[in-house]
Amino acid sequence: MSDQKQPDKMRRNLVVATSVLGGAATAGAAVPFVASMLPSERAKAAGAPVEIDISKLAPGELGIFEWRGKPVWVMKRTKQMLEDIKKDNSVVADPKSDVPQQPDYARNEYRSIKPELMVLVGVCTHLGCSPQKKSAEDKGEMGEAWNGGFYCPCHGSKFDYAGRVYKGVPAPTNLVVPPYEFLSDSTLIIGKDTKGA
Amino acid sequence: MASRLMALWQWFDARMPTVGQEYRKHLTEYYAPKNFNFWYYFGSLAMLVLVIQIVSGIFLTMNYKPDAALAFGSVEYIMRDVPGGWIIRYVHSTGASAFFLVVYLHMFRALLYGSYRQPRELLWIFGVLIYLCLMGEAFFGYLLPWGQMSFWGAQVIVNLFDSIPFIGPDVALWLRGDYVVSDATLNRFFAFHVIAIPLVLLGLVVVHLLALHDVGSNNPDGIEIKKKKDASGKPLDGIPFHPYYTVKDIVGVVVFLAIFCLVMFFIPNMGGYFLEANNFIPADALKTPAHIAPLWYFTPYYSMLRSVPPLFLSQFPGVMVMGLAVLILFFLPWLDRSPVKSIRYRGGLYKTALGVFVIVFLILGYLGTVPTNVWGQFGPWLGEADRGTVVARICTTLYFLFFILMPWYTRIDKTKPVPERVTM
Repeated sequence: MSDQKQPDKMRRNLVVATSVLGGAATAGAAVPFVASMLPSERAKAAGAPVEIDISKLAPGELGIFEWRGKPVWVMKRTKQMLEDIKKDNSVVADPKSDVPQQPDYARNEYRSIKPELMVLVGVCTHLGCSPQKKSAEDKGEMGEAWNGGFYCPCHGSKFDYAGRVYKGVPAPTNLVVPPYEFLSDSTLIIGKDTKGA
Repeated sequence: MASRLMALWQWFDARMPTVGQEYRKHLTEYYAPKNFNFWYYFGSLAMLVLVIQIVSGIFLTMNYKPDAALAFGSVEYIMRDVPGGWIIRYVHSTGASAFFLVVYLHMFRALLYGSYRQPRELLWIFGVLIYLCLMGEAFFGYLLPWGQMSFWGAQVIVNLFDSIPFIGPDVALWLRGDYVVSDATLNRFFAFHVIAIPLVLLGLVVVHLLALHDVGSNNPDGIEIKKKKDASGKPLDGIPFHPYYTVKDIVGVVVFLAIFCLVMFFIPNMGGYFLEANNFIPADALKTPAHIAPLWYFTPYYSMLRSVPPLFLSQFPGVMVMGLAVLILFFLPWLDRSPVKSIRYRGGLYKTALGVFVIVFLILGYLGTVPTNVWGQFGPWLGEADRGTVVARICTTLYFLFFILMPWYTRIDKTKPVPERVTM
């Protein structure tokens, strides 16, 4: 009789142990389901680096290439554009590229490996729209302080020719510089670098 | 004949008495207050729209293809070539907007009469969960036609997760299943939209109703009818749900369906509010439409998101404000400290607060449908800020003040004495 009044310790411990094991097994069983939602091998392959031939790009012409389904901008900046980038130091929010929106080798004055060659992901850091190029001649539309760069039609964010974001616009950070490296003087590969990662 | 049917029923009842018991418990012997008014139509209407959405949805899946290469075309195929396909799609798209309209009015009813107050806190929480599910359902469903707005809307919303500190980019990648919104994203959103969320939604509707029938319905006077019972234990001010309220609700259903059909047949796009023009262009990952806006039922929250400036180089504060705006609803039962439930016996403070709340919600809703520069800019004295953004910031603040100050203004508010029995 006394056995029935007091719960059997052994049995209770067994119930607890079984429940814990069952819980662990359930969590383990969830792993393949959660993992199945990660990018598939095919999606990863499609996200592979792309090779770009820049020999046909004229100076100041914006080349748009697709990498991981996003537009990547490549442009040979003119001397004038490089001068203009220096002038923008006072109007941009992060002139020294302190926020890691670029690989370390592109953390410099022009946010690029070679000063004249711009490589940027053409996706606004606000909510992902693709900005448009506006040259220095568009001062009438863009205001007197404008020295050329990129303008996002969605929410009005502005960037200069180094992809640096202007102060007081919705976008919080500079445009992303993708990892890239030169295979030769006229070809580069986007999405792969031996110096960075 | 009648006695044959009766015999059949008795045969059935003897073998499965649950059916009869539940029928009595939830319909013929569920006593609802006799003073329900206009605002009490929207609960049953929400159930009607749920059925409409499930039925029309099932028939849409018979012809829709969840494949990035085929989705847009399959929707056009439904519209042009499938017999009656256009009507089924318009039922579903009009139903989506009708669902939110009905649910917003249903929630407003709760604010009017204090239907979330003790002992109905759980009922309210299940209701807010249903609302969250509806938002998920609407968001996932909107990607399926694979138009420009589908694509860029999903892009913007998934990017919201991207801004969560530390884990954001991985979460966004996991949600998309790819580096951009793509076929993988479309396929999984289809799975969420047609099976995962609807199952949860149906379960929540069941517990919402069970919770309601356990505590009993509130009423426009905000008093408990169960406190005054007759000798047989029935509430003096209660009437059986069936036939009294089923008949009343049929009137609501007829009027609702008349309006529904009017919209569906004559203005299914509702001037861009129910179906957006840009969504009749197939999705293009390299070209963003000039103006991105969600459908009308999300615009109040979208306005809040847009109006919050980035902080510490991150969009996250805006995302958090938007999330909190919905989550704060869960706490409503504990924020309201008024001794009375119904607006009929509350004082000027609550009436004013609720009025302001409704107005700011509508203004935010309007602002979310238009670009931020819609009202031009302020002069240099305000840094040439967009007027729309400044108004949205003020409205967002007022939205939150309605909740944050509620414990204070509901307690000091002058209330009127509450009657013992319901008034008609």
